[in-house]
Amino acid sequence: MLEIKNLHVKLEDEDKQILKGVNLTVEAGKVHAIMGPNGSGKSTLSYVLSGKDGYEVTDGSASLSGEDILEMEPEERAAAGLFLAFQYPVEIPGVGNMTFLRTAVNAQRKARGEDEMSAAEFLKVVRERAKTLKIDADMLKRPVNVGFSGGEKKRNEILQMAMLEPKMCILDETDSGLDVDAMKLVAEGVNALRDEGRGFLVITHYQRLLDHIKPDVVHIMAQGRIIKTGGPELALEVENNGYADILAELA
Amino acid sequence: MSAVTNPKQTATDARLSTLSLPTSGWSTAARKSADARLRVMGVPGRRDEYWRYTDPASFISATPAKAALFDPKESEMFGSLDRINIVFVDGEFSADLSDPLNGSGLEIVRLADIAALDVHWAKEYYGVLEERGQTPVHRPLAALNTAYANDGVIIHVADTVAKPVNITYLHQSETSDAILHHVIKLDAGADLTLLENGPAAARFNKVMEVFVADGAKFHHIRTQGRDHERRAVTHIFAELGTESVFKSFTLTANGIMTRNECVLWLNGDDGIAHVAGACVGDGDFHHDDTVFITHDAVACESRQVFKKVLRNGATGVFQGKILVKPDAQKTDGYQISQSLLLDDDSQFLAKPELEIYADDVACSHGSTSGAIDEEALYYLRSRGVPAKQATNLLTLAFLGEAVDEVEDRDIADAIMERLEGWLQRHGV
Repeated sequence: MLEIKNLHVKLEDEDKQILKGVNLTVEAGKVHAIMGPNGSGKSTLSYVLSGKDGYEVTDGSASLSGEDILEMEPEERAAAGLFLAFQYPVEIPGVGNMTFLRTAVNAQRKARGEDEMSAAEFLKVVRERAKTLKIDADMLKRPVNVGFSGGEKKRNEILQMAMLEPKMCILDETDSGLDVDAMKLVAEGVNALRDEGRGFLVITHYQRLLDHIKPDVVHIMAQGRIIKTGGPELALEVENNGYADILAELA
Repeated sequence: MSAVTNPKQTATDARLSTLSLPTSGWSTAARKSADARLRVMGVPGRRDEYWRYTDPASFISATPAKAALFDPKESEMFGSLDRINIVFVDGEFSADLSDPLNGSGLEIVRLADIAALDVHWAKEYYGVLEERGQTPVHRPLAALNTAYANDGVIIHVADTVAKPVNITYLHQSETSDAILHHVIKLDAGADLTLLENGPAAARFNKVMEVFVADGAKFHHIRTQGRDHERRAVTHIFAELGTESVFKSFTLTANGIMTRNECVLWLNGDDGIAHVAGACVGDGDFHHDDTVFITHDAVACESRQVFKKVLRNGATGVFQGKILVKPDAQKTDGYQISQSLLLDDDSQFLAKPELEIYADDVACSHGSTSGAIDEEALYYLRSRGVPAKQATNLLTLAFLGEAVDEVEDRDIADAIMERLEGWLQRHGV
């Protein structure tokens, strides 16, 4: 599904190498988790994959279902099936959440040569999916993320994911700023989307989220590389011992 | 008022050389007095502080610059509404195109029709607010209007008027020079919605004096057409009584030179005055919103919301002032002026002013100028919205905050549609 090979990335404006040869393959139907200390390049990886400005790929490749995504515009990557749940969802004053969702859904459908969703059909689907995430009518009406609490913003990200039905979902610290109940709700939303055709890459600092979203594979990232890969037990090891032991192995 | 300097005298004489005052009728005294005011002040010049950002040259030339006629492809803005329609063609009232001038609770007369009368109630109102508006800042083009207006409507509203009154302006001569003066008097508790739309003339000078008595409500929604070669200077003067409401919104698209002044007095306690505008300009577009709101009573609320989208070297100007008199305690004044610059060539010049003499007031003002929010753009694109569509969405959202000031949702939606169409036509 998602194949990253020897990815090297530096900041566009300064001579600072952030990713130094990332290799990672996420298969369809699998959940991969990436953990790692602050500054290891986890968020950069998610931004580069989704097409944010400000980064320069100096070497390596990234493809989604065999298609090179690094040359695509962000909207083309989205239409190809890539979705990033933001660590800090952006507030957009003046654009209603519902308008935003419908515009996004239909823009992707159009890009893929599919029929647009009718207003009635869209409304039915969005209400249904919003309900399971405990997103009320008021949150759908309000401007995108404006005045939303941390938990509401993250649930809104998952709602977008549910509406856009991407092939490959990247969750960038979706658990940050969430209380236990909100984390469960978000995890349930993610789990409901798990299926054979969809891959997940969950970036997190804490093992706790992985109690709710059970990963198949866990990677540890440090200094711009994936330094260790294992099963769910690797996350528990980090939770108990921190990164020191793993980093020591590297040195 | 100080004596004018010679260049100003010359410019004033040149402008007035093609105009003449009527010699009879009820308005003669008011017109003579306005003419005298104008001659003392002189026409505006670039060295006047109030005209620092906007060049008045095209407003004061003896004859107007030629303006190509505009043939709108779209239907008229308020054409689908049930309304009383009044039509002016190149600044002249058209009885053929207008509806019968009557309605329940409403008296409408054409200024030119009553000009010859010796007595008319409008004598007590015509030019009164314009004259008051000359202090503390001179507004010579408004005095010129009072003196030399050749037409207009006098509207007396005694009650709640169910249908809006709509004034449609049509432009059919490339050299027309229209000077219109409207007087609108709302009795206590009366309620009127006034709409204005369409390109008026090659050059347009309009004054509207509005008297809003205690408890009366006046809603005004105006669209300034897409006629690109428009040169227009407009003044709204309004006096608000106790617990009265005045709300005015202007949509402006295109136009080489537009200056809209709005001068309001909150003279009765608990009055509400809102004035808002959304404008979009491309290229040799110059748009100036100049607002002066005086709080002279207790617990009044005033609100100014102006948004401008500028590209390809377009210029936007905002001069907005809130003056709070010593006894105007509990004043709630708010002012925001913002521009979205779609490129580096465009500019926004803003002069927000607060002058407060009361000690128990809440006044705030803000002015910003910026480009499209890159973070929001990336967020939208990451969800699959193409860059151009995302830019459009964000631009409309920006303008929407001004359009939200329009209470009637159908009209607000129609205005948003117009703005969307403009953005698409201009390839934003």
